[in-house]
Amino acid sequence: MISLNGVTKIYHTNHSQVKAVDQVDLQIQSGEIFGIIGYSGAGKSTLIRLLNGLEKPTNGTVEVAGKRIDQIKGKELRSARKEISMIFQHFNLLWSRTVRENIAFPLEIAGMKKSDRLKRVDELIKLVGLEGKEDAYPSQLSGGQKQRVGIARALANNPKVLLCDEATSALDPQTTDSILDLLVDINKRLGLTIVLITHEMHVIRKICHRVAVMENGKIVEHGDVLTVFRNPKANITKRFVKQVTEPDETMETIDYLLEKYKHGKVVKLTFVGDRAEQPMISKIIKEFDVEVNILQGKISQTQSGSYGTLIIHFDGDETTVEQAIEFIRNQQVELEVIANV
Amino acid sequence: MFETLLPNVKWDKVIDATYETVYMTAVSVFATFFLGIILGLLLFLTSKGNMWENRFIHSFVAAVVNVFRSIPFIILIILLLPFTKAIVGTILGANAALPALIIGAAPFYGRMVEIALREVDKGVIEAAKSMGATMSTIIFKVLLPESMPALVSGITVTAIALVSYTAMAGAIGAGGLGNLAYLEGFQRNHSDVTFVATVLILIIVFIIQLIGDMITRAIDKR
Ligand SMILES: Nc1ncnc2c1ncn2[C@@H]1O[C@H](COP(=O)(O)OP(=O)(O)O)[C@@H](O)[C@H]1O
Ligand SMILES: [Mg+2]
Repeated sequence: MISLNGVTKIYHTNHSQVKAVDQVDLQIQSGEIFGIIGYSGAGKSTLIRLLNGLEKPTNGTVEVAGKRIDQIKGKELRSARKEISMIFQHFNLLWSRTVRENIAFPLEIAGMKKSDRLKRVDELIKLVGLEGKEDAYPSQLSGGQKQRVGIARALANNPKVLLCDEATSALDPQTTDSILDLLVDINKRLGLTIVLITHEMHVIRKICHRVAVMENGKIVEHGDVLTVFRNPKANITKRFVKQVTEPDETMETIDYLLEKYKHGKVVKLTFVGDRAEQPMISKIIKEFDVEVNILQGKISQTQSGSYGTLIIHFDGDETTVEQAIEFIRNQQVELEVIANV
Repeated sequence: MFETLLPNVKWDKVIDATYETVYMTAVSVFATFFLGIILGLLLFLTSKGNMWENRFIHSFVAAVVNVFRSIPFIILIILLLPFTKAIVGTILGANAALPALIIGAAPFYGRMVEIALREVDKGVIEAAKSMGATMSTIIFKVLLPESMPALVSGITVTAIALVSYTAMAGAIGAGGLGNLAYLEGFQRNHSDVTFVATVLILIIVFIIQLIGDMITRAIDKR
């Protein structure tokens, strides 16, 4: 559905130049939810804007829904954009129009008859759950409701691709989750391809099938969300994964506990899929003569299965502890020794 | 009672003069609104980073606007006399005042339009582009509606300035309340006529302000 080859975007400012996107190759399949994560300034917005031709690449090719976005312009580009919708962090609704009129705007652009427009707008209002708000102005809506209008507006012309530029970054956690649920629902119901960019790993974990990590304009790592979570390679990816698996206070807690334990090892286990539900700890306690202290545990749900981490402290005879660790490794559970006491 | 307090006021002349002032103001406000919006759009769209970015056109329009904005109105009328004569056929009467009024006010309003357009959220323009909007859709369905409250309050201020311009134009033969105050009030030393003309001009200004504020409040849904 989307294919980028050797895409580079350089911005020229007065005295210097910025390589906002640097040699990016990317394939996104039809019907998938693809996430791009990176810190502010990584080049995410530039990359997503290349996909609907709001920016033109300095080098490389951009193909979306069979159109060479980097080459077409004028009328051809405008008609291609009806298949590639976008939603925004700050919603970008017209304050002078009601909810209904905002959603009708892309239909007006497409030249749809007024009576058909009204019918289509009603369908869309139902789809995003805004019944009763038809005649409200954006200033009378909450952030979540505004983003629902943004989504309805983006879906109006039955696009093939939906681009989301930090679509939940201005929302509180609960509203974020409800908007993400809506996106998953739309993806399943309409088979829409969704590309979303974010700086929150939570968003990736919750709805994406695949993820690319961006740093300084480059894609440093990409793959299935579960694989990347289980085995992050780049340092930046590890930091992002920690956002959802280890709350900041965890390491502090562990440091504190380590002072209390005089022997043994602290290890971090990472479970993926079915293994997240196995009764492994009880087996260890039965089969090996070791003390097991659970310091922290967490299971998260992703679109392609569950993913968990467990941080435990083993105490006991050194060789027995080694045997227990070996046993865990044989279960094909990722294990990392964080501290030897 | 009016006879004794305002002995020199001839009411039929006052009514004629009021009508002329209202006429000159109305026609020039209408023309200034359209001309100013065109100038403002040109200034905005050709400015740096915008859709028709063009340094040459932008500097040219900006220079013309600044020059006409800086010429004192009374001098502008005199400078425009040959032009007025050529297109209106006379340099006297209400119609003869119109070219100077419009040329004096449109650049002033054009700047206000440019400022109003710059206040339109860039993200909204970008959203319209991402939906495949054409340039004319962006102008007529995004830029103008989204800046309408500022455009209306700007034209209100301009209209009030135009009322005082008509009074100045009146002094050199354009008719209206300014003309009445100057000829009957000042030159014949009938201060009651000046008083009545002033009160009527103030009433016109108040009405304009009232209507402007009402419209601005009604359309501003932010
Ligand atoms: N229009 C522009 N002109 C010049 N530099 C830009 C422009 N847009 C973005 N940049 C620069 O490109 C880099 C990437 O920006 P952006 O794509 O917005 O990052 P992100 O969305 O990941 O925060 C930044 O260094 C930014 O300053
Ligand atoms: Mg961004």
